Amino acid sequence: MAMMSYADAAKLAIAEAMRADKRVWCIGEDLGRGGVFKQYTGLVEEFGPKRISDAPISEAAIMGAAFGAALVGTRPIVEMRFADFALCATDELVNQIAKARFMFGGQSRAPMVIRKPMGLWRSSAAQHSQSLESWYAHIPGLVVVCPSTPQDNYAMMKAAIACDDPVVYLEHKNIWANEGKVDTALPGEFGKARLRCSGSDVSIVSWSDTANKAAEAAVALANQGVSAEVIDLVSLWPWDKLAVAESLKKTGRLIVAHESVAVGGFGAEIVATMAQHAAPDFRAPPVRLGSPRSLVAYAPA
Amino acid sequence: MHIADFDVGMLGANGVVAANITIAAGAAHGVKLLGGDQVTVCFFGDGAANRGPFLEGINWAGVFELPILFVCEDNQYSASTKTSDMTSGDSVADRARALGLATHSVDGNDLLALAELAEEVTSRIRETGKPEFLHVNTYRLDGHTYFDPASYRPEGEAAASKAENDPIARLRSALLNAGETGENLDALRHTAAAEMTAALDAARAAPWPADDSVFDHVQDVGSPAREAF
Repeated sequence: MAMMSYADAAKLAIAEAMRADKRVWCIGEDLGRGGVFKQYTGLVEEFGPKRISDAPISEAAIMGAAFGAALVGTRPIVEMRFADFALCATDELVNQIAKARFMFGGQSRAPMVIRKPMGLWRSSAAQHSQSLESWYAHIPGLVVVCPSTPQDNYAMMKAAIACDDPVVYLEHKNIWANEGKVDTALPGEFGKARLRCSGSDVSIVSWSDTANKAAEAAVALANQGVSAEVIDLVSLWPWDKLAVAESLKKTGRLIVAHESVAVGGFGAEIVATMAQHAAPDFRAPPVRLGSPRSLVAYAPA
Repeated sequence: MHIADFDVGMLGANGVVAANITIAAGAAHGVKLLGGDQVTVCFFGDGAANRGPFLEGINWAGVFELPILFVCEDNQYSASTKTSDMTSGDSVADRARALGLATHSVDGNDLLALAELAEEVTSRIRETGKPEFLHVNTYRLDGHTYFDPASYRPEGEAAASKAENDPIARLRSALLNAGETGENLDALRHTAAAEMTAALDAARAAPWPADDSVFDHVQDVGSPAREAF
């Protein structure tokens, strides 16, 4: 078990997968120089510029071409630089990649990992800070992953590369440098939540960097005599309904917390699902914590 | 609408104009990465030249030196709009030329000339590994869809094209001039028509898919058959 950063954990997973399978390759802007967040540093030296490939600033072509390359048998890892810029490739992801297998009667697969760095980070303002994970959970055909720790960024990246479905892989920009222990023997599992801390008074369900903040909040709450259980979903599609339901049954109180806008956020899906299937378990109304429906400003708060 | 036959290398017809251009460039990219020797051929219409993926995909093919032939079937209409009314510049081929591709224009209703040129160009792509662009000039005799009467076209335009520039009639007369017999050509036409009729009858006689097949082929992880509701 080694200590490594969130960024390096994913990089290690990619390097191992590329060594094991020549069909795996990475495509995106500035990858030859290590990527905009240095999350690819050193890979071009080992694997060369064809497998760690630079790309023009053409998001639609990066996504579309990677999809075409997947259709003929490669396994691309697509770097979108910022989740915000990935919107330029929405047709390619939503209308093409997510639907091809169904439309073509199962003749094709799109084994792709689509990396979209998300979230608040320094003064990056409205077009470099969004968390849009709920959009992708809404699209049949896609798997959606939002890891919060180095361990999960290693294990889930490994699982995503091995997956034959397209995986939208949302890493949080503010935690690239976070260090943590990584056990490379632990497998990543889609739809399997991670219990960040157990408690008996309230269940806090979260993912991505907000799960880290929820874990900190649980410590602060413990000092006030409140026992909080923090569930890190890790993947939003599929998501671990059973873990949430069992926790709610125990605590009777549910908070969903995410950095993305609360309105229409994935927290609403969680609350609605529990309201539908576990209504008797609520001892108090559920609480949604999310951003207000406004924009991210350039000026620091 | 979404016709595909991966067994013969046909990677799917697309419901979104121009979306296939980046995908095809990527197919060529993947073939190159895997060390294959296939040439990719990408078909689209004149309307596609006004979407971003046209620029992005052709630039991509040029940058990565991909073995792909882009074929623009220019039938002069973008859905129900005359393409020239909504397209700046003289020719779609000019755009590909500006991006560094060898481009060729051809009378698309002269099938023998088209076949000869296509063979020459694909053979060259196989040797050089570099993309080229074929601008095929033709005319859309019918509407954009089977229920589109295409009444927006000038009166007589389609009829004149059908009378003077029908590619099937032109091919027939070219083959007759080359010594083929009308009897043989009629037999070929009847065979083809019978094959299509049989296919249509078989499709009409086939049952509709089962309701729960809507959950097939969506995804393996988080499959909707278990997670849909």
